[in-house]
Amino acid sequence: MPTLLIILAGMFLLLQLAPGDTVDALIAQMGGGGDAKLAEDLRRFYGLDLSIPAQLGNYLWRLIRFDLGFSAIYGKPVSTVIFERLPATLALMTAALSFAFFVGLVLGVIAAKRVNGWPDTVISTLGLIFYATPSFWFGLMAIVFFSVHLQWLPAGGFEDVASGLTGFARLRDIAAHLVLPTLTLGLIFLAIYLRIMRASMLEVLTLDFVRTARAKGLDETRVMLRHVLRNAMLPMVTLIGLQAGTMLGGSVVVESVFSLPGLGRLAYEAVVQRDLNTLLGIVFISALLVIFVNFLVDLLYARLDPRIGTGGAP
Amino acid sequence: MAALKRFALAYMRNPAAGIGLLLLIAIIIMALTADWFFPRDPLALAGRPLQWPGANPRFLLGTDNSGRDIAAQIFHGARVSLLIGLVATSIAVVIGIVIGALAGYYGGIVDDVLMRLTEAFQTLPNFLLLLVLVSIFGSELTTVVVAIGVVSWPATARLTRAEFLTLRNREFVQACRGLGMGDGQIIFREILPNALPPVIVYASVVMAVAILLESALAFLRLSDPNVASWGNLIGLGRDVLRVQWYVSAIPGIAILLTVLAVSLVGQGLNDALNPRLKGR
Repeated sequence: MPTLLIILAGMFLLLQLAPGDTVDALIAQMGGGGDAKLAEDLRRFYGLDLSIPAQLGNYLWRLIRFDLGFSAIYGKPVSTVIFERLPATLALMTAALSFAFFVGLVLGVIAAKRVNGWPDTVISTLGLIFYATPSFWFGLMAIVFFSVHLQWLPAGGFEDVASGLTGFARLRDIAAHLVLPTLTLGLIFLAIYLRIMRASMLEVLTLDFVRTARAKGLDETRVMLRHVLRNAMLPMVTLIGLQAGTMLGGSVVVESVFSLPGLGRLAYEAVVQRDLNTLLGIVFISALLVIFVNFLVDLLYARLDPRIGTGGAP
Repeated sequence: MAALKRFALAYMRNPAAGIGLLLLIAIIIMALTADWFFPRDPLALAGRPLQWPGANPRFLLGTDNSGRDIAAQIFHGARVSLLIGLVATSIAVVIGIVIGALAGYYGGIVDDVLMRLTEAFQTLPNFLLLLVLVSIFGSELTTVVVAIGVVSWPATARLTRAEFLTLRNREFVQACRGLGMGDGQIIFREILPNALPPVIVYASVVMAVAILLESALAFLRLSDPNVASWGNLIGLGRDVLRVQWYVSAIPGIAILLTVLAVSLVGQGLNDALNPRLKGR
């Protein structure tokens, strides 16, 4: 909670630093003109003639009621614009996260089982290369290869609106549109997850309880699934929380490459059109989203490791 | 001197680290010789637009959609990328060290306040924050570099704080206190040198991310358009992606190799500093 307050106060401060205010933007949109009386009336209407602390109070009070201001560019309240764009981003993030998590988990386990063998070398090298690949470049090359040359997958957009598909066919269409963006956004996280998973597996495999489990005569699959994986997964889960923000940032680039109508693309458009109200609204929603993801991660963590309680300190 | 030699040997024993170092040296040489090989302005018109690589011996890597030499832009771009990486990383590391050192050394309320601030920065998606900064303060090269530094410090601060927490009650620090040294002197002259190695290694990660951040910003055409940056070139090439895909492909490989080199060197340094962790 204090984190969110700091973010909001910081955002407000940045707004104060920005040249021009809402009224300047509005007047510019109405075609300019230097009517000082009108500007003054508007400033009074928006509460911009108050002192800075009073303005900060107003700003916070509006945010609590989820009033993010009005977007002059879209002609709608910012919250409406954002909620229209949220589903595409959530779909993309969930898909990319699942892809990176599960593929990273499997590859990490394979690499750790054959440590220093050829599968390990191949997987670790791939991980290093994926980590260094700029996501937007990978997206462009994927478009060239899969959409232009092979013509397997659509090059951009969220769905084929013109085809008028409904129900299941529409879902399939959306899924086909999301394949390349998911791969593009997930790639760098895949690299991180497989590296962490490999290291964490190697660590857990040397622990005493694994030796005990083997000595009990459990077969290797049981040891792996019930004893090693469950413990080795803890750092991976922590990482989801830490990376949630990075992933949201990455979606700005990926959504621009594939022209997906999501939050990230909205952020980009807001920057280009100098629509600061919308941009700060997106920042606010993103911070909420990241805090929410971290809350879920904490719950998941407590389920995976019963030693971590949800109550206060032991 | 002997310690340095042992360190160099430990570093070179790792083949991946050696490859990374060679790559990095090659990129540095590219940046240094850019003016010598391509004395003309890399953003000036050089020939017919969209010539494929190899089609014209004058332009080994072809020309882009406005008839500029791609090879020249790659060489001059190396300079921009390395410079942005170095300066932004230095800014981030300095901010991170100061905040982490103060939080770790003083603890208590100072620690609380500084860590809440760090959390706030970590909660915000850093690319989004970068967009906000650029849209408010403009997109000149210096602004972009400072903005990248300002969004990249939190992890360094946490690392420095953790090091300080383990070091602040050691005997040598207590001895310094007993001698009546001031806090500033203890923090920066006594504890910091001991806390520095892991932070320096982590700086390679910061640098890799900084280079990627700048290229993404340039790709979106939100960075300085008046410098020959690899990201700018990829963004330009996007307009002719369907047929002349090489315009985007070539600078992308340059970014990939640079980031790869930086992270390999960082990993090599890490392994050489912590021999116990080798093979992880």
